[in-house]
Amino acid sequence: MPDLEDLYREIILDHYRSPRNRGELPAPPAHRVEGYNPLCGDEVIVTIEVADGTLTDIKVAGQGCSISQSSASLMSGAVKGRPLDEVHRTIRTFKAMMSIHEATLGDDVEDGEPDTTSPVAANGHAAAEETVVPDLESIGELAALQGVVKFPVRIKCATLSWNALVQGLREVEQPAT
Amino acid sequence: MTTRPGPLDVEVVRKDFPLLSRTVHGRPVVYLDSASSSEQPRQVLAAMDHYYETTHANVHRGVYAMAEEATRLYELTRTKVGRFIGATDPEREIVFTKNATESLNLVAHSWGRTNLSSGDVVVLTEMEHHANLVPWLMLAEERGVELRYIPVDGHGRLDLSDLDRLLDGAKLLGVTAMSNVLGTITPLAELAAAAHRAGALVVADGAQSVPHLPVDVAELGVDFLAFSAHKALGPTGIGVLFGRADLLAAMPPFLGGGGMILDVRLDRFLAAEPPHRFEAGTPPIAEAVGLSAAVDYLSAVGMPTIRAHELELTAYALGQLQDHFGDDCRVFGPPAGTDRGGVISIAFRDVHPHDLAQVLDQFAVCVRPGHHCAKPLMRKLGVPATARASLALYNDRHDVDVLIEGLTEAGRLFG
Repeated sequence: MPDLEDLYREIILDHYRSPRNRGELPAPPAHRVEGYNPLCGDEVIVTIEVADGTLTDIKVAGQGCSISQSSASLMSGAVKGRPLDEVHRTIRTFKAMMSIHEATLGDDVEDGEPDTTSPVAANGHAAAEETVVPDLESIGELAALQGVVKFPVRIKCATLSWNALVQGLREVEQPAT
Repeated sequence: MTTRPGPLDVEVVRKDFPLLSRTVHGRPVVYLDSASSSEQPRQVLAAMDHYYETTHANVHRGVYAMAEEATRLYELTRTKVGRFIGATDPEREIVFTKNATESLNLVAHSWGRTNLSSGDVVVLTEMEHHANLVPWLMLAEERGVELRYIPVDGHGRLDLSDLDRLLDGAKLLGVTAMSNVLGTITPLAELAAAAHRAGALVVADGAQSVPHLPVDVAELGVDFLAFSAHKALGPTGIGVLFGRADLLAAMPPFLGGGGMILDVRLDRFLAAEPPHRFEAGTPPIAEAVGLSAAVDYLSAVGMPTIRAHELELTAYALGQLQDHFGDDCRVFGPPAGTDRGGVISIAFRDVHPHDLAQVLDQFAVCVRPGHHCAKPLMRKLGVPATARASLALYNDRHDVDVLIEGLTEAGRLFG
């Protein structure tokens, strides 16, 4: 089962069993975003704190499959305590890794809301990103999730927490007036 | 009918289903998702091809020979489907819809909006599919209809201990004939009798029962029954609503358009008699031809034979799950027996159903992970989702064995 071993790497199973940065930060002052995947019932709750251009703290709650939950755990470790420009760079690299297949899946809209689970919709640079070769060295353990692209249905599981993070950062950085 | 049904020759049946001979990831497909949608025998596909190649024309419109033939085929299906489920007056009691969901919405929209107002009571069960929940929730929101629920007990059966109180003053009972999550076959005749004693009508969701059990609406005493062709070896795009003739005759149209009127003026219209009153627009004609062939197929094999086969296979599957995995595999719903169909929802250790289905896919095993459009029931069971394997007449013990093989691998992978 080479493909399965590729999907369920040891790092992923480890983060699934022992998720890092688990829980919720009190909001406010933290900013709270929920993400849902109606296909399989996965849900994540991402709470973030931003101060002086840095993502000072992040916690992730929710429940779901090993891919959605391990991706959330890996994400929290990769962005916690990082300057925002570095966080955005990590997000772009991760999404480029995930968009190799997803770009071919087309747009879909659920519940009348814009599809925020698609990286194309989540940040407006999709066209440019498709040609970006993700620098997997730079994202460390996160590269373990690259096996997911072989299973297109599961990409939405992997990107669920990332889209919540993107939404949270957008709301923090450009508060609604 | 006291004669024992003959055994089903599953090898012969399987040869009729072209899709079962395909491979996935280099392995022969093991299709265990018939509760979601069944596969089609070549007889159904051939009938639809033949119709399109030789007969297609719109129904109830042309006077030329082909149009008459198409109309005859379409109406013949109505009669055949009606007899198949025991309707006494098929020409007036069988309405073609898009699917079971639309059939149930038709009842809620047309009968419900005519007969239910604020404070009226509709009784449902906690194991209903969203299709028999949401239309009633919409009525509850719209006009203050009170919804009551027959609870599900710890074995996945309906708890009828408080039935008479729940039905007291109710105008309608909506109940599934067989749960699409638990496999539970509900005591429909008993429920219908109790509902009628209380002065309530009964709408049954037969989406899971009609393809797998002998169903006789007259014997069951239900007033409405809905099912989909695509779960019963037929094509997608056509569903059925059985409704008692006197009830349908008193109901206003559902959708408006061509085919459902007697006369139209600029300031009013006169609706046609049932069933055409409820069939606005060009209906699914080729799909009706396919449904007709599906009913022929089910009838030729014999519903008692199909039920006996699935009963035996369900017992085998539940036994194998218990023998191989014991308490690691929690099976929802009643134990094997006559009040249970071949819908097997499981929780396997702490492996998420989505991951379980992913591993099984590598074995070409098709199961459905998720909430199965029964979120209230999921909450009751205390799980976000289940993995569901569902059996049909073309499944055999080998299919169950491959399922066990896949689960064993999932157990190893997730340690």
